[in-house]
Amino acid sequence: MYRSQVLICGGTGCTSSGSKVLIDTLKEELKKNDLDKEIEIVVTGCHGLCEKGPIVIVQPDNIFYSNVKKEDIPLIVSEHLLKGRVVTSLVYEEMVTDNGLKPLRDTNFYKHQTRVALRNCGVINPESIDEYIGTGGYEALGKVLTEMTPDEVIQVVLDSGLRGRGGAGFPTGLKWKFASGNRGNVQKYVCCNADEGDPGAFMDRSVLEGDPHAVLEAMAIAGYAIGADQGYIYVRAEYPIAVARLEIALKQAREYGLLGKDIFGTGFNFDIELRLGSGAFVCGEETALMTSIEGNRGEPRPRPPFPAVKGLFESPTILNNVETYANIAQIILKGADWFASMGTEKSKGTKVFALGGKITNTGLVEIPMGTPLRTVIEDIGGGVPNGKKFKAVQTGGPSGGCIPAEHIDIPIDYENLASIGSIVGSGGMIVMDEDNCMVDIAKFFLEFTCDESCGKCTPCRVGTKRMLEILEKITSGKGTLEDIDKLEELAAFIKDNALCGLGQTAPNPILSTLKFFRDEYIAHVVDKKCPAGVCKDLLQYKIVADKCKGCTLCAKNCPANAITGTVKEPHVIDPDKCIKCGVCMSNCKFGAIVKE
Amino acid sequence: MVAAKSTVPFNGTAEQKAELLEVINSLKDQKGCLIPILQKAQGIYGYLPIEVQTIISDELNVPLEKIYGIVTFYSFFSLYPKGKYGISVCLGTACYVKGSGDIFNSLKEKLGIESGQCTPDGKFSLDACRCVGACGLAPVMMINDDVYGRLTKGELDDILAKYN
Repeated sequence: MYRSQVLICGGTGCTSSGSKVLIDTLKEELKKNDLDKEIEIVVTGCHGLCEKGPIVIVQPDNIFYSNVKKEDIPLIVSEHLLKGRVVTSLVYEEMVTDNGLKPLRDTNFYKHQTRVALRNCGVINPESIDEYIGTGGYEALGKVLTEMTPDEVIQVVLDSGLRGRGGAGFPTGLKWKFASGNRGNVQKYVCCNADEGDPGAFMDRSVLEGDPHAVLEAMAIAGYAIGADQGYIYVRAEYPIAVARLEIALKQAREYGLLGKDIFGTGFNFDIELRLGSGAFVCGEETALMTSIEGNRGEPRPRPPFPAVKGLFESPTILNNVETYANIAQIILKGADWFASMGTEKSKGTKVFALGGKITNTGLVEIPMGTPLRTVIEDIGGGVPNGKKFKAVQTGGPSGGCIPAEHIDIPIDYENLASIGSIVGSGGMIVMDEDNCMVDIAKFFLEFTCDESCGKCTPCRVGTKRMLEILEKITSGKGTLEDIDKLEELAAFIKDNALCGLGQTAPNPILSTLKFFRDEYIAHVVDKKCPAGVCKDLLQYKIVADKCKGCTLCAKNCPANAITGTVKEPHVIDPDKCIKCGVCMSNCKFGAIVKE
Repeated sequence: MVAAKSTVPFNGTAEQKAELLEVINSLKDQKGCLIPILQKAQGIYGYLPIEVQTIISDELNVPLEKIYGIVTFYSFFSLYPKGKYGISVCLGTACYVKGSGDIFNSLKEKLGIESGQCTPDGKFSLDACRCVGACGLAPVMMINDDVYGRLTKGELDDILAKYN
């Protein structure tokens, strides 16, 4: 028994901020102080507050140290672990109040959250099956195999109202029901979509890194429900930590007899194989993913036939997303009513969102469906930093849209976001401030979809390219009002005619920015100005004569020799020579250079 | 993506070939084994030149054009060798809105190469990547396994100087 445990986050965010060095330093320090038999180091998954990483938590005191550096470790050991005195200067600043420390769950970042899918992330050691079992893991699998019929399992999932968390929001139970016919007579497959491709979304990665067994258990439950004995997890090769933890989890589950033959002595067989994605966004689309597992170019297939009828290797298949699976065991254990008590009428339960962009607390948050967007941005996220104005939030990645500031009170669920032209999607939420140009953002997403279009169908292959060309024309100041009409016409056509989800949703970023920020498009084509000051071809750097002290720093640093002037006299930029690199502006100590 | 012709001649060793044949033998009975084999092959050689694709084609009795089709479809596979230090700049949304596009362009200028290319001395190669999932540290780039977060253009020279 250890008297205390030190939890160090080993998620990708904290690892990138240097948590590995912390683990090594702590090991040394504990040894040095003869504490290594008393205090255990537990490397956990993500706590969500990546902004404050690396994160170190001391249990059972529940003290949350943030932004911990290597040099801080000796202090934590000598003060907290040895003498029992909390190092207040290193504690997450929101916990520190005049009346002592307030619990972490009462801080703004955590108090609005309800953790279902992320319940074990940051709490248990993801490389230990015993810790997972210790928190009730594999109990749900035991329950379904020994107490429930496959149809009862499907009914519970149906009643819970759980919908696919990967983007489309299709009812999970219905998917399972469609694939449930003819059990035991045909080969079927259970697949897990862990090809998290939306840039800015990393909840699936965090679940796989922080609680891999939850996914394995849910897949086995799904296998029992539809009558499949083989599962595949298709995970991105770009997530090396997730892949390593899944491999460990699979090995442990097989050793414990929780995967393999005759699970719990019930005669039920189920095993899972890992397949690594090779970097193609379109493989997040279900039919493309299956084509890829089969060993081909990951091109989508027309539906019908739907995967529930003819999926992987031409067999009935269900495919769910990582976060969807992460909810299953809890639904089985706590019941459909418990899950359905959270959320809104048509969107039940919780959803994980990845907060990023221009926001104070970047990280991962899990909220009940129906939580107002304002709560997420202002309370949990801590608002837009540097005194800038909140402009919009982009949800749903390249398939989604932008929600402008005037809709900040919208309750987040599938229907509400769809009603204003965006989607919940996989849960990426990128916050933008006044310095972001919405035409440029639309162009960014079109570059993405254009690059990732697999090329199979013409509307997507050619159409996205044409839309991108028009956007390039507009952002370079050569656009006309007719171009905007043409964009809208093309967008509608591609939406109706593309083969798969990638193409059908590719116009969304354009349509939604046109809907809410049309004036910015007009400014680009009519006034030839970029109001946010992003599109270089429409910008001019100028020196404000009153503020310029004539220090010559800008002229010295200008790579194009476009700045002239004598010492102690205001300088001037020659617009014909200026390459608009912005070096002068970032070097000026007097704020005398502006772009407009 | 149109790729430039590689100037580096193929110099695979007998050990590498033996390792590849072993991988092929151990996986070839699995359903859909081609992509896992290509992933392992790239791990062995660092890239997938036509010579390696030909070995796989012969061993599996799969047409070379199918293999080439797969290799060119997925961005993870490379037909060309990578630099000793592979730089990938994240151009995911979170990094992009925080200015990773500028960092990427600045690196292109400093190294004198385009995305996907390698410097003539074989030292650095430059790629754009889609979200490494470290959005909390945006903008982010990776050099081999080292992650650099909250980057500014001013730091780039010092960071590059660390790699020899």
